[in-house]
Amino acid sequence: MSDALLQVNSPTWGAPDQAAADRLEAALGAGVVERRVEHRGELTLDVPVERLPDVCRHLRDHEGYDLLSSVTGVDYLGYEGEVAGYWGGGADGRDLNRSASAGKRAVPEAPGPKRFGVSVALAKVLTVTDGDHRRLRVRVWVDEGEAVPTLTGVYPSADFHEREAWDMLGIEFAGHPNLRRILMPEDWGGHPQRKDYPLGGEPVQFSDEV
Amino acid sequence: MAATEAPRTWPKLDVLRPVPSELHPATDNPDLLEINLGPNHPSTHGVLRLVTTLDGEIVVGLKCEIGYVHTGIEKNIEQKTYWKAIPYVPRMDYLSFFSGETAFCMAVEKALELEVPRRAEWIRVLFQELARLHSHLIFLGTGSVDLGGIALLFYCFRARDEVLDLFEMVTGQRMHPRYCQVGGVAEDLPRGFEPKCREFIAFMRDQVDQYDELIAANPIWLQRTKGIGVLPPDFALQMGMTGPNLRASGVPYDLRSANGGYGAYREIGYTPVTEPAGDTHARFRVRIEEMRASLDVIEKVLDGIPAGPVIADDRKVVLPPRHELHTSMESLIHHFKLVTEGFTVPAGEVYAPIESARGEFGFHLVADGGSKPWRVRLRSPSLVLLQSLAALCQGVYLADLIAILASIDPVLGDVDR
Repeated sequence: MSDALLQVNSPTWGAPDQAAADRLEAALGAGVVERRVEHRGELTLDVPVERLPDVCRHLRDHEGYDLLSSVTGVDYLGYEGEVAGYWGGGADGRDLNRSASAGKRAVPEAPGPKRFGVSVALAKVLTVTDGDHRRLRVRVWVDEGEAVPTLTGVYPSADFHEREAWDMLGIEFAGHPNLRRILMPEDWGGHPQRKDYPLGGEPVQFSDEV
Repeated sequence: MAATEAPRTWPKLDVLRPVPSELHPATDNPDLLEINLGPNHPSTHGVLRLVTTLDGEIVVGLKCEIGYVHTGIEKNIEQKTYWKAIPYVPRMDYLSFFSGETAFCMAVEKALELEVPRRAEWIRVLFQELARLHSHLIFLGTGSVDLGGIALLFYCFRARDEVLDLFEMVTGQRMHPRYCQVGGVAEDLPRGFEPKCREFIAFMRDQVDQYDELIAANPIWLQRTKGIGVLPPDFALQMGMTGPNLRASGVPYDLRSANGGYGAYREIGYTPVTEPAGDTHARFRVRIEEMRASLDVIEKVLDGIPAGPVIADDRKVVLPPRHELHTSMESLIHHFKLVTEGFTVPAGEVYAPIESARGEFGFHLVADGGSKPWRVRLRSPSLVLLQSLAALCQGVYLADLIAILASIDPVLGDVDR
């Protein structure tokens, strides 16, 4: 049967670029990579938030990561609690009827020390000569009110991504030249993709009920 | 053709300062005129507002204001089980709709480590290419309207209808079919599909030749597009540009072939189409050639598609076949659990990009171990490519701004999500 199946893990990532992480530590000091996470063949490097631009500049100039694929903010508020689902059950879970979660962890650990994770996805495009395009994710953690240094100086294409993370999650990017709302109206209150922002219930715009 | 051409020298294009995606006028000349292009204007291909500062007819300032069709799809998906989220995703990039379904399902499959049957991968490639054709046809039709030629729009929309007929034949829906499932596709190809598809390929090849003839030697077309909005490859990459726009600047980077490709492209093979010039004309040309390449891929799929199941056989994730529900209690339970509760996905962060009609398109998926995604974010190629618009448009005529905007091909549903 197995020859009838294709490999699922998308090869667009290439092999985990541990060597780049090693060289990064050699160049910028051992503390620069706080943690390496490998999940489904994807390598994520957790770095101290104030080192983020240095790390990205090093990866761009010395490792050939010339494309910033995206900057994604994730709000982990309540992540380590009960899993989302229609029948979450009580505090003990719902073992007998947990169909597909059997053997899997029902209550995940918090993946990082703080509320927000900001993942910066990098890729190699032009610098690749041997056809081995690799990807890497650099991640920082911040709490409410803490700022991430902007990447627009290293990768100009971070501009819209960072504005979106500010707009949707309220993550501030220090030094961003134009940190305005991008998708929501400029006078909108709150940051809609935060986990404590409800779905529905917001006032209807342009109506008399406002 | 000359393989020994000297490497071309690109004009210098610097990243704009202070804001990379906005062009600010250099002077505060009181004669400058600020106009709003959009948000409701046919040439903006959706609801995009361009705040343009003009010096006579020359663009000296440009700001993209987006968000007019923001519908909170990513927030909504967080409230849906994985399989109920699938219908949302094609509504983001609604021109290349099947790419959205495939990319989302691939991300979930990656998080689940679920293997997809070969036949399903081949069928996905077939429909990804059809969706790409659909998207490029609308690009070409509306792009030609922007340049003042309305004939091509009708040709392209006629052919687009044929593409949608094929979707309807297989999936029952013309657009947003929700045909892709986690684990494969919903149903096998129906009887009679192959001859109809081969007929379509012959028809479409002829059509593409016609489009080509219509514009290739048209002096107005050439004058409006040649040398306009030249995009050097290093600048394109700095601004995150991928897909046909990058390939029109001579970079053979295509996720269908990079690292051997993904899914069934690994078996079918694909050679990226590139154009050397990097101008508006090259961006039109590269998509016309990609239509031809897509037809070749579709033909290869019809020739070589393997037999076998079209969806994985994992009952914890995939719905059991309908007929089993009448005879098997276990299947009934699985069906019930999957429909009500959904399947759960192990906690972790994954990203599985694919090549959509406008570039690298992928869902960044954070799972928490439950049956609903914790966070889904689309790496939207349109959002990224809009950032380059201001730099490309400095000092061009207003009419050329329209041509450049048409040639980089943003879809506003994809931008705003």
